[in-house]
Amino acid sequence: MTAVAAPPLAKTAAPKRRHPILAFCISQPLGAAGAVSILVMAIAAVFAEYVAPYDPVAIDFGAMLAPPTLEHWFGTDAFGRDILTRVIYGARTALAIGFLSSLLGCTVGAILGVASAYFGGRIDMAIQRLVDILLSFPIIVLALVVVAMLGRNMLLGIDFNLILAIAVPTMPRVARVVRSAALSIRELPYIDAARVQGFSHARIIFRHMVPNVAAPYLIMFTAAIAQAILLEASLSFLGLGVTEPTPAWGLMLSGNASDFYREAPWMILFPGLAISVAVFAFNLFGDSLRDWLDPKFKT
Amino acid sequence: MTMMRNLIGLAAGVALAGAMASGAEAQAPKKGGTLNFALSAETPHYDCHGSDTYATLHFASPFYSTLLQFDLPKYPAVKGDLAESWTIAPDQKSYTFKLHKNVTFHDGKPLTSADVKATYERLRNPAAGVVSTRKATFQDIDTIETPDPATIVFKMKAVNPAMMEHFASPWNCVYPGDKITADPQWPKTNILGSGPFKFQEHVKGSHVSGVRNDNYFRQGQPYLDGFKGTFFSQSAAMLNALQGGQVLAEFRTISSADRDRLVQAMGDKIRIEESSWTLNLLVVFNTKKKPFDDVRVRKALNMAIDRWGGSQGLARTSALRHVGGLVRPGSPYAIDPKELETFPGFQRDMAKARAEAKKLLAEAGVPNLTFVLHNRSIAQPYTPAGVFLVDQWRQIGVNVEHKQLETSPYLAGMSSGQFDVAIDFSNLFMDEPSLGLAKYVSTSKAPENRSFLESPEIDGLIAKQANMGDPKERIKVIRQAEKLILESSHQVPLLWWHRIVATNKSLMGWEMSPSHNLGQDLARVWINQ
Repeated sequence: MTAVAAPPLAKTAAPKRRHPILAFCISQPLGAAGAVSILVMAIAAVFAEYVAPYDPVAIDFGAMLAPPTLEHWFGTDAFGRDILTRVIYGARTALAIGFLSSLLGCTVGAILGVASAYFGGRIDMAIQRLVDILLSFPIIVLALVVVAMLGRNMLLGIDFNLILAIAVPTMPRVARVVRSAALSIRELPYIDAARVQGFSHARIIFRHMVPNVAAPYLIMFTAAIAQAILLEASLSFLGLGVTEPTPAWGLMLSGNASDFYREAPWMILFPGLAISVAVFAFNLFGDSLRDWLDPKFKT
Repeated sequence: MTMMRNLIGLAAGVALAGAMASGAEAQAPKKGGTLNFALSAETPHYDCHGSDTYATLHFASPFYSTLLQFDLPKYPAVKGDLAESWTIAPDQKSYTFKLHKNVTFHDGKPLTSADVKATYERLRNPAAGVVSTRKATFQDIDTIETPDPATIVFKMKAVNPAMMEHFASPWNCVYPGDKITADPQWPKTNILGSGPFKFQEHVKGSHVSGVRNDNYFRQGQPYLDGFKGTFFSQSAAMLNALQGGQVLAEFRTISSADRDRLVQAMGDKIRIEESSWTLNLLVVFNTKKKPFDDVRVRKALNMAIDRWGGSQGLARTSALRHVGGLVRPGSPYAIDPKELETFPGFQRDMAKARAEAKKLLAEAGVPNLTFVLHNRSIAQPYTPAGVFLVDQWRQIGVNVEHKQLETSPYLAGMSSGQFDVAIDFSNLFMDEPSLGLAKYVSTSKAPENRSFLESPEIDGLIAKQANMGDPKERIKVIRQAEKLILESSHQVPLLWWHRIVATNKSLMGWEMSPSHNLGQDLARVWINQ
């Protein structure tokens, strides 16, 4: 017998996998543009002290209602405050309230949604009727009710009741979406296996179900931030959000701006633009994230 | 800037033209027509005696008469309303009024001295559960006598040099005696007066309307067939209605920016009248709370406020304008500006003042003071005032959180002492010093003093000036009280307001004054159609 040496295995090059961020940018260019805008806003918000040219609350009556110039790129308001500076600091307010309220609303909503789907029966019925009641209110009305009931509760310069007011209308929407995703997961064999092994409900929910609804959660979260920014701006515009002299985009559109927008249109132009860009950026990013994470949603 | 100067020039021209038009109002009034005007707030109830908001007066004044009235072209002189004539005893301890004989309430019943007596008894000694915000004002009255249906005599416990002005207060609506005797709360929800207009309807959130009282005791008045006051919660909507001619006036005030806008849009169809105002904002320190019980802290915070600079800037964007002491600047008892500059908080050299303020805070052991500024959530002029104060205090290293609340919790918080520092207001209907100084009397005697400071020395001076007949001597005592109060800095004036009223040129007979509480019975108003 002649020993025949086995031919060496051909070395096949493993397919090159793109970095996920690069892959996202290539497949979702609009989403990438949204992400870049969000990143710019986040950097501006975090490093406002270094980025902004002036103090956001310092009054300068000598520069009242000044139009955009090299000294004040976005002009000044009725107190002579630099609008560019206030728009930059306003990003901090918008992102802080948007992020925290969305985190709270989406997390509570997701837990309720998963619990509703997992337990079913009476618990599902009770949670879903509560969700129905909350969904029956227009978002702004529900937020107004919560703000009116709770008043203000400032901590570290942030109104926590305002965060709660924005989180409450977010919660039922997330709960409904997450429940529908969790309903299909509940029927999968590994959940039955976990039950058979005697795992606790909490372990099954948090270890086996919640990680599997992360995609819809993330998508809802980004969309909720856009909605929260808009809601915070609306509440501030109505005088129920943050108060003067805190720089906030919605607040910059109300108050003196409504008296002076004819002679100083820059007072409403730039904060309005900031709100539009922020909401647009989060919506673009959220939509792209949805398409990227879940091909089923592709249109 | 050129445009702004043109607008201001135009506004001044229109104001002058307005004044000339007022002079031209000697022409014979035309009868007829319904006056549509705007009300920027809705009254919480109908009772003049228990209210201190103009919203009640602009709503109810056309339905009621008072004993006397202010003669606005000769302000602060007074003239008779229900009173046809009067005599004052030489010792000023007795006032006798003869009433017009042909006065009837809108239900046809005659108005007699008994009704006036019942009204003043309710004002000075209200029944349990009835609120009379003028109770303290009439404490100098000893007895009220009615020798006949057309005569009423007020006997005084003490001389009060401002008594005639108090009798002319627009808040003293005369009610039917039988109604308020049977139910002291009756005026809160019912309207029955003897004024130039009869109540027609009040649709909450919408409007109030009245029709001419054909039995009004002044022959030939009122000139209008009726009026309709429409409530506007948004100033932009009110301005549009004024510009479009849907309403002919809003009698409280508009901002200077709105004035310029109206003048630009309406040209010679709008009349602008301006005046300093018997209203001011105050900064109140809660002396029950640390560190505001320390006069050094209060004084430092007061000294950090650049009122002279602020008045120039804020005047362009808010109703705040005039720098003054405890009495309205420009009025007979006001402090001289040069003397005012010697008090803390009114100095011109702000660099020096702020350096001293920082030193005082360091001495008091609170160099990095942090507190909450309690403010009312009304845009004008509370928000600009709050923004201004936060900025002023930041300049001496003080960190302030600005908290704005709706009127009800705002007032409740101040009355219960749940605040650190607050922006308060003083709403007067005339320049009588006793009225304004009442806010500075110790809180145990005057709850409207929200600083909770008890000072028998200040109380003594305020009481002393109230009963002094010689104006020169009285001014001296007022200055002493003013010095003590400003040095103590427990409650200090921020800025006095400026009133700008825009009326359609077709509206005639309405008279401007330094108080938005006066002259709202509309008896002599007519429309030049």
